Amino acid sequence: MSDYNFAYLDEQTKRMIRRAILKGVAIPGYQVPFASREMPMPYGWGTGGVQVTAACLTPDDVLKVIDQGADDTTNAVSIRRFFQKTAGVEVTEATAEATIIQTRHRIPETPLTEGQILVYQVPIPEPLRFLEPRETETRRMHELEEYGLMHVKLYEDIARHGTIATSYDYPVRVEGRYVMDPSPIPKFDNPKLSGNPALQLFGAGREQRIYALPPYTQVVSLDFEDHPFVASKAEHDCDLCGASDSYLDEVITDDQGNRMFVCSDTDYCRTRRAAGLVGRLGGEAA
Amino acid sequence: MYVAVKGGERAIDNAHAWLAEVRRGDRDVPELTVAQIREQMTLAVNRVMAEGSLYDPDLAALAIKQARGDLIEAIFLVRAYRTTLPRLGSSAPVETGAMAVTRRISATFKDLPGGQILGPTFDYTHRLIDFALAAEGADAAEPAMPAVDKVEEVPHVMEFLNKDGLIQSELQEGAQVPDLTREPMELPASRPLRLQALARSDEGFLLSLAYSTQRGYGRTHAFVGELRIGTVAVEMEVPELGFPVEIGEIELTECETVNQFTGSKTEPAQFTRGYGLVLGQSERKAISMSLVDRALRWRELGEDFSGAPAQDEEFVLMHADNIQATGFLEHIKLPHYVDFQAELELIRKLRRETEPSDLAAEEQP
Amino acid sequence: MMSQALGGGFADAPVQSARAFRTALDAMARPGRILRVGGAKPPAPLSVAAGVLLLTLCDRTTPLHLAPGHDAPEIRDWVTFHTGAPLVTPGAAAFALGRWEALQPVTRFRIGQPDYPDRSATLIVELDELTNEGAVLTGPGIETVARLSLPELSAFHLNRDIFPLGYDTFLTSRDKIAGLPRSTRVEAG
Repeated sequence: MSDYNFAYLDEQTKRMIRRAILKGVAIPGYQVPFASREMPMPYGWGTGGVQVTAACLTPDDVLKVIDQGADDTTNAVSIRRFFQKTAGVEVTEATAEATIIQTRHRIPETPLTEGQILVYQVPIPEPLRFLEPRETETRRMHELEEYGLMHVKLYEDIARHGTIATSYDYPVRVEGRYVMDPSPIPKFDNPKLSGNPALQLFGAGREQRIYALPPYTQVVSLDFEDHPFVASKAEHDCDLCGASDSYLDEVITDDQGNRMFVCSDTDYCRTRRAAGLVGRLGGEAA
Repeated sequence: MYVAVKGGERAIDNAHAWLAEVRRGDRDVPELTVAQIREQMTLAVNRVMAEGSLYDPDLAALAIKQARGDLIEAIFLVRAYRTTLPRLGSSAPVETGAMAVTRRISATFKDLPGGQILGPTFDYTHRLIDFALAAEGADAAEPAMPAVDKVEEVPHVMEFLNKDGLIQSELQEGAQVPDLTREPMELPASRPLRLQALARSDEGFLLSLAYSTQRGYGRTHAFVGELRIGTVAVEMEVPELGFPVEIGEIELTECETVNQFTGSKTEPAQFTRGYGLVLGQSERKAISMSLVDRALRWRELGEDFSGAPAQDEEFVLMHADNIQATGFLEHIKLPHYVDFQAELELIRKLRRETEPSDLAAEEQP
Repeated sequence: MMSQALGGGFADAPVQSARAFRTALDAMARPGRILRVGGAKPPAPLSVAAGVLLLTLCDRTTPLHLAPGHDAPEIRDWVTFHTGAPLVTPGAAAFALGRWEALQPVTRFRIGQPDYPDRSATLIVELDELTNEGAVLTGPGIETVARLSLPELSAFHLNRDIFPLGYDTFLTSRDKIAGLPRSTRVEAG
């Protein structure tokens, strides 16, 4: 077995993915079918994101990879290593320094900028999939803008629970046309999808779909007038850096029911602590 | 004191080192060679080639060694390697009628031109553990291969029925055959695309689907018209030469089933067909494929959709690939704490909102 | 002639096409932004920018239409040698290349299907000048408004009206490119 090409994929495959990305950008929120390849990591572990990143990378890029907001989770490490090895790119944990950020389940807290691309790993790209399992049906629903089923589902939640019982993977409407799955980000992150200066690309490898949100695209989380969308998070501050505006992970600290809340975005938390900001337990941990 | 979990990189390195160690096993036992796996674990090698969609026995054997015998893992290795290979061209369709058969049986005719050839089959072995095989290094003197008559070209059984118009003719769906590995799956799928997907699909999934049709979930009353295993020449058209050149030969298993006849006011009653073709020797898979192929043809043959899983093209094609399935299944062991946290917050909120009334309800006698 | 066809491609395709794609992506994602590319030396009258786009996006799987003026033997040979793209009529094209007048009527190009709007053509329109003057652009990829020297307005109005169907456009001039996806609204400046 010989050496692999720059960024692993062969040039023909990259061209195919690049053409799909361009069509995705031209039709915001529409899922472009693409001939996803078998990658050297399993389907469901970010193969879509990896293919999109591989098609976008240049040797001048600085890559950041996060999973659950953290740079150090094992799958993030594995994907980062893959690109260090196959593309020789510089990597970083600092959101502000990265030109391409591949993510699973989070949008970084630090606002993104014009020079950046955020690549999402997407498990199930079809927002209507759990309401209608058939691709032939959902494709027709998108064609006809038949999104009533989605509203019925959300409204049934309200009837049953008094509120919309979707806390992540919360569906959005893009520029008033396509209903889109933002990948399983917490709905706390949904507002960051809209009007973002960065280009957002979504790759679903197993399901063979690529879609995109160009910069400054209008993205609206589905809701009802009497039950407006609310971006929620744990009602705490970060126990390490004291941030009140970041999404938090809950960490069980002993078997007595004690717990603490820490930023899920590890770079955000680290930067704040480096600047001297301290949370409830941050002094002890430092 | 709390320190955020760090050390993903070191943990991964350690896991890899450990994996390499257990793969090798007890070092007092000689290491397996790739050639041993290729020659003595042939059916495992065949399965890896078939589901890996790459005919390369050495590579498949190496993948099995690397995967510690986990065949799905080995298939995955082969698939990931295959992806990176350049596409130099497409071969001409192989001619299975010209197959040099090692096995050829028909369940529909007692005797037929070309004859019944059992070949190297487990079929009539008694499944008794052969403890003599445990005595390693004591390879008995080479067993005498029975003298086999040189088999001349063996015609397809289905052609006999076809000549009499008793079996439905296959439609030519145009020369352009889609390539599942280079284009996204499009539904509804054409039959060539379906067959391609089935040929590389998981043997176990296909077996269970086929079995379900026999038990009434989309029954098609199948007989094995013909099952043949053997080698065929692979030829490629070279534009500069203007004639096809043989570039090698591969072993294939082909199955054609004869299924219950259909007929209508306009069409005379006739048998229908199911088709299976698999790389290597893999007759369980080839027969399963034929049954599932036939079950999926209900629309084309004017049958009813009974709601059986094996009739449901989207269901079958979207779930037949074990590399897709295993990846997505196993990904749920990746961290999901962000999503779980969102659910935790939601459930707490819902409970807060319903608790007072619940308590009130409980207080009533 | 043949030696001309052999030259002018990417010397280091993986890296040069990666850089070129990023520029093309940026152009399509930020309509109205004029960017520069390099690395190709195609035969005249093909611009450097259009040549780079062909090398980066086209291959044997992408039928290409060369409009009159660009449908010259030197260009055909160059495109065929470097990309292998089959040369086709407008209705069959995934990509179409030419000056705006030569591409008319643009209604001949594929606009996708209602269930697959992505199955549409991408036009590469060669212009003498490409500047941030003229038509006012709004839509996805544009923070407020952008301006771009479009060859005409009405065709792009019509294209926007049929969204999500429509063709997508790259505008090229010498080494400059700009993108105009079907999602962009175009008004007189």
